[in-house]
Amino acid sequence: MNMGRVHWLYLAPALLMLGLFLIYPTAETVRLSFYGPRSDVFVGFQNYVQAFTSQPMLIAFRNNLLWLVVFTLFTVGMGLLLAVLLDRVRYETVIKSVIFLPMAISYVAAGVIWRFMYTFRPAVAPQIGLLNAIVVAVGGNPIGWLIERPWVNNLALIAVGVWVWTGFCMVILSAAYKGIPREMLEAARIDGANEWQLFLHVTIPFLKSTLAVVTTTMIVFVLKVFDIVYVMTNGAYDTDVIANRMYNEMFYFHNYGLASAIAVILFLAIIPFLVINVRRFRAQEAVR
Amino acid sequence: MVKRLAVGLLLVGLVAGLAQGAVTIMVLWSGAELEAFQKVTAAFQAKTGIAVRVESVGRELPGILATRVAAGNPPDLAAMPNPGQMAEFVARGALIPVGGIVDLTQFPKAFVDLATVDGKVYGIFISADLKSLVWYNPDALYAEGLAPAHTWNELIYITQKLAARGKTPWAVGLESGAASGWPGTDWIEDIMLRTAGPELYDQWVNHEIPWTHPAVKRAFELFGAIVRNEAYVYGGTTGALSINFGDSPAVLWDKPPGAYLHRQATFIKSFIAGAHPELDLDRDVAFFVFPPIDPKWGTPLLGAGDLISAFRDTAEVRSFLQYLASPEAQGIWCGALGKLATNVNVDPGIYPDKLTAEAAEILKGAEIFRFDASDLMPAAVGAGAFWKGVLDYVSGVPLDRVLADIEAAARAAYGP
Repeated sequence: MNMGRVHWLYLAPALLMLGLFLIYPTAETVRLSFYGPRSDVFVGFQNYVQAFTSQPMLIAFRNNLLWLVVFTLFTVGMGLLLAVLLDRVRYETVIKSVIFLPMAISYVAAGVIWRFMYTFRPAVAPQIGLLNAIVVAVGGNPIGWLIERPWVNNLALIAVGVWVWTGFCMVILSAAYKGIPREMLEAARIDGANEWQLFLHVTIPFLKSTLAVVTTTMIVFVLKVFDIVYVMTNGAYDTDVIANRMYNEMFYFHNYGLASAIAVILFLAIIPFLVINVRRFRAQEAVR
Repeated sequence: MVKRLAVGLLLVGLVAGLAQGAVTIMVLWSGAELEAFQKVTAAFQAKTGIAVRVESVGRELPGILATRVAAGNPPDLAAMPNPGQMAEFVARGALIPVGGIVDLTQFPKAFVDLATVDGKVYGIFISADLKSLVWYNPDALYAEGLAPAHTWNELIYITQKLAARGKTPWAVGLESGAASGWPGTDWIEDIMLRTAGPELYDQWVNHEIPWTHPAVKRAFELFGAIVRNEAYVYGGTTGALSINFGDSPAVLWDKPPGAYLHRQATFIKSFIAGAHPELDLDRDVAFFVFPPIDPKWGTPLLGAGDLISAFRDTAEVRSFLQYLASPEAQGIWCGALGKLATNVNVDPGIYPDKLTAEAAEILKGAEIFRFDASDLMPAAVGAGAFWKGVLDYVSGVPLDRVLADIEAAARAAYGP
């Protein structure tokens, strides 16, 4: 029997599924992105031109960039900080569980919870949002957290994402941190390194590949961020992001062409990070 | 064995259901509205033996319905989010005309026209809401020595007078989740009808005049003169943007009142009753019609309605549509909810309170009636750029930029 043919037979079910659920929809989306709102007229690159030039899309691109920088910096940064610091704390597992807990909450629920946190009531009325209750208690005026543009509202939304994802980064980085051989840290200490030098010259280099994986994962997440924005502002007051734009164009405005074009742009933007992730993973496997 | 029996019974039930005939209808109603609608379907089933499966999908109806239609698997009937989206389904060839099924002479012409695309009628309005109302708390308003306004100048006078006394005249709530901004569009539409007249209003709906047209700008400015004034609105502009439309009128009945006037449709009554169960609706709650601005155009009325369209033409669907159009069905539906019936033969005795009967009377006497403009525009404008534009304007973005942004969205949405 020809073994070269047999392996295709074994692969066939997987390839069929892949083709049906991955390759076909992707090809179809690319095709639709060159057609009009109802997918009946060929319009060439018009949808792409609109996606890159219309005011709402430009704001969405700007916000995704802001998310990319701030969200990634905070989730990975705080995750690393917590992983290293909590290693020295007695009730480490308890604290880590609490910080990890928001991961178990769906983004829609997180959005709803934080809408309550950010609730605004006029100064004359009792505050029912936690943050504004604190602001008023210390003598300030209530703040429209989700309304004041461009910084307050966008950062308020990003904070929700950070709240959800920091635990994830912390857990992965903590596991890697615990993999650092203790002798190495001890040897460095005996050589006279202080904690900061230890962190910079031993911990960071050792965690480098894990940090890269966590960071790319966060970037992939942040590029397709949707739920939090959809639930909390639906993109009002210049808080829109690309994925929310795509959803609205598709399901509310029935503009299949533009929605598909946005989907393709998002897809292309994510590919480089996926490639980096896979390469790193392969390199790591090769070392083993 | 038990499992097999259960499957068998299920099959028998299914076959029986098919034999008797059944219809499915997708609706966005939940809570009290869904309960009322189920009363209608129960009465229909008792009468004809045809079962109705009601699929309540909530706010996401436009998305779910569009997906099901695109997949070739629509429900038999559905509540349309608005006539604009109905027209989009008609353009896709998904809906059946109802002209030969339902006797359309039982409806006012305005409602038949609204469901007409290219000379054919594709849906029936089973109820309506009147939007041009300003609600007030009679005790609170009279205690200030003020009375309902009959002209725009009187309305502004009341507003200024209250503000001068350090009171907040208006309660405004523009927040409505993903649909935030719509209450503001109603304001602007009402003003537009009163300052520009119904013909220019229709041209605006069809994008035959641009959003930068002076008439549109003027309507926004008059709206802004009240809602953008920090002293005129409960909680200032941030309050108007943050407070949910349903919660906003409650402060009118607080002691002391947080505000005195609230412009909203007939349905807001149930929200007021929910927030203040102690109120006697006939005594403590009142409204006056949003006053005329330019005497030339009188007092036109703005409204909306619940529109049902059919995707399949079967005997059961025909029978159900005829029933929904009947005074009997509208009596159950409107009687339970305090919505306004569209069938002219409905007995005014069905309305649960004086207020609703009064609103129904006002609607009947309308000289000029127009449907909510944002519901008639393509969704990208009417349920997108216009809503966002209102929020932007109230939050302080210059009007020219707001209108230019909506115009850009409209150019793309209406096509060349």
